[in-house]
Amino acid sequence: MKDPSDTRSSKMMMLYDPRFRSWLAQALVLAALAAVIGAAVYNTAHNLEKAGLTSGFGFLGEVAGFDISLTLIDYSRASTYGRAFLVGLLNTLLVSGIGILLSTALGFIIGVTRLSPNWLISRMAAVYIEIVRNIPLLLQILFWYIAILNPLPRPRQALDLMDLFFLCNRGLIIPKPVWLPGAGLVLGALIAAVAAAAVLVRWARHHQMATGRRFPAYYVSTGLIIGLPLAALAAAGFPIRWDVPTLQGFNFRGGLTVLPEFIALCLALSLYAAAFIAENVRSGIMSVDKGQIEAARALGHRPGMTLRLVVIPQAMRVIIPPLTSQHLTLVKNSSLAVVIGYPDLVHVFAGTTLNQTGQAVEIIAITMLVYLTTSLTISFIMNRYNIRHAMRGA
Amino acid sequence: MKGAKLIAVMAILVLAATAAHAGILENVKKAGEIKVGVSGKVPGFSVPDQNGVWSGMDVDFGRAVAAAVFNDPGKVKFVPVTTSERFTALQTGEIDILSRNTTWTFQRDAKQGIDFCGILFYDGQGFMVNKKLGVKSAKELDGASICIQIGTTTELNVSDYFAANKMSYKPVVFESADESTVMYDTGRCDVYTTDASGLAARRTTLSKPADHIILAEVISKEPLGPAVRHGDQQWGDIVRWTLFALINAEELGVTSENVDEMMKSTNPSIKRLLGVEDNLGEQMGLTSDWVYRIVKHVGNYGEIYDRNVGPDTPLGLERGPNALWTQGGLMYAPPVR
Repeated sequence: MKDPSDTRSSKMMMLYDPRFRSWLAQALVLAALAAVIGAAVYNTAHNLEKAGLTSGFGFLGEVAGFDISLTLIDYSRASTYGRAFLVGLLNTLLVSGIGILLSTALGFIIGVTRLSPNWLISRMAAVYIEIVRNIPLLLQILFWYIAILNPLPRPRQALDLMDLFFLCNRGLIIPKPVWLPGAGLVLGALIAAVAAAAVLVRWARHHQMATGRRFPAYYVSTGLIIGLPLAALAAAGFPIRWDVPTLQGFNFRGGLTVLPEFIALCLALSLYAAAFIAENVRSGIMSVDKGQIEAARALGHRPGMTLRLVVIPQAMRVIIPPLTSQHLTLVKNSSLAVVIGYPDLVHVFAGTTLNQTGQAVEIIAITMLVYLTTSLTISFIMNRYNIRHAMRGA
Repeated sequence: MKGAKLIAVMAILVLAATAAHAGILENVKKAGEIKVGVSGKVPGFSVPDQNGVWSGMDVDFGRAVAAAVFNDPGKVKFVPVTTSERFTALQTGEIDILSRNTTWTFQRDAKQGIDFCGILFYDGQGFMVNKKLGVKSAKELDGASICIQIGTTTELNVSDYFAANKMSYKPVVFESADESTVMYDTGRCDVYTTDASGLAARRTTLSKPADHIILAEVISKEPLGPAVRHGDQQWGDIVRWTLFALINAEELGVTSENVDEMMKSTNPSIKRLLGVEDNLGEQMGLTSDWVYRIVKHVGNYGEIYDRNVGPDTPLGLERGPNALWTQGGLMYAPPVR
């Protein structure tokens, strides 16, 4: 027979069990969170219905009926709002992607320059960093757009280079390559060259590990990547035609127009982020112990090799985490596009589409979700890179 | 900033308690003022002067409603809203009336939870170009860059018009009318497009207004009018009949100057309008002299028009379709009876 007080005391015991209590606390917090989210969703749905507003995501299939100045995929006024969303998303990714590449490259160069023993060069880098990172980004975007690009001459007085390239306040207009049949061969050659180069670099590393002899893999692969597509191009009889822009009426016809809005946004975002990245790079390099460099030199490494094999791998551990947050900031800052009329996601989707459909809750939710997803993806990639480098440096 | 405002407005939508609330009229009376959403940037429709005193047709309409409710045209607060936040602001109760040169369309009326209360101004979309380009007709605009304001019917009309005429164009879409105007003025676009009244208003703000012409083509119908939140019929009636009262007052010859004499008029229509015999206003929750208040303080429709956009103003717009129906225009209001 069991004493009833026994079970009671065991129940009491559970309450005093720290593991049980931590589980209980977490379950309660989770339940409260779910209740809050549930209430918010219910409230929103109820309020929307009461206000006589249409809700749901059906609008994504409706015809948009407006035009967009920059479209990377086929889009016309007869396309759907869903398509317009994709156009806006790609425009955001385009400006962010190019911005990330430019700012990272520039940031590394300026960061290294900042540490240069040459007084003048290092001062110039310092002045650049201090000026650029201390002026609000919004002002810089407006500066490039209104003060630099807008005063360019009008199309009829465009600055022109060999009648092929034109620069005016409508943007930079360049010849557009039009691929003719047979161009697939060139693309195939390029892919093959890149694959071959990757294999070659790997093999060269193994070869050096095994024999201690170096093979100039980087030079050979560069030659391969440039040479093979060129050879293919010649073999296929140059299947490419250039669509050259010509002035006709108000604007240039043909060619490829790089919008001034895009140039201004891209420049402002890259230059701004580069200043911060330069400081990250400088701190990363300075974090490498001086003894490491001296040791590498003592072993007979040349300065270039010291930098590449000893300093950079160790500096990267310090550089990557803040670099990641610079990239994330750049993507989010690209939404400032709306002030200069660059058709990014916020402009096309949370601007025009929101206004034409009136479905604010759905559209803002989707837009926020897109930025969240993009940022998490960048974080994920950079974290993977960081893990690899952190292990190697250790 | 616009984003922050939009998010705040949405937060209200998400978090606002679902408890039933009192009618807008009651809330407005309690608050002691009417919140009217306006553009704030269109001369002739709504714009503050250097001393912060507002003027314009949209503004005067807001004052007319305030006069009807409070017998004081000053009990109104003008809230500037952008084109992209205007409907959300109305839906969430940030403003009580949207009087912001807004086009009445099916989508907005049926799907966006707002009700239009009539037409204050018959407008149509036009194009403005620099004279130097030598353009005479909108049909010659093939390939032009066009400055447009985001989220407007304008944006859709341009697309329709160029597609219908098999022409191409390059849209340059800005957030605010100010920005579009500046970028047009400095040459980013060949053409500036908006409602014809807006073009006239905007031309006055250009660096050299005389260098620009407004093309003759009007490519769309833009009936501009005040709107209220869907679901409060009483408030909708008050706003709708304030507009009708303004038009009826002009038709019956009642002006701010002669309204006191008109109180002694023997014309039964005038007597009914001014509430001398009937108490029609009380049936809407107002007083019987509501129209007297409106006309006394703000004037009739014609006075509002002439004061803000008429031939003697910088905009210099003829009445055109906005003349009374008795004078060949479209302004026609149901009778007050």
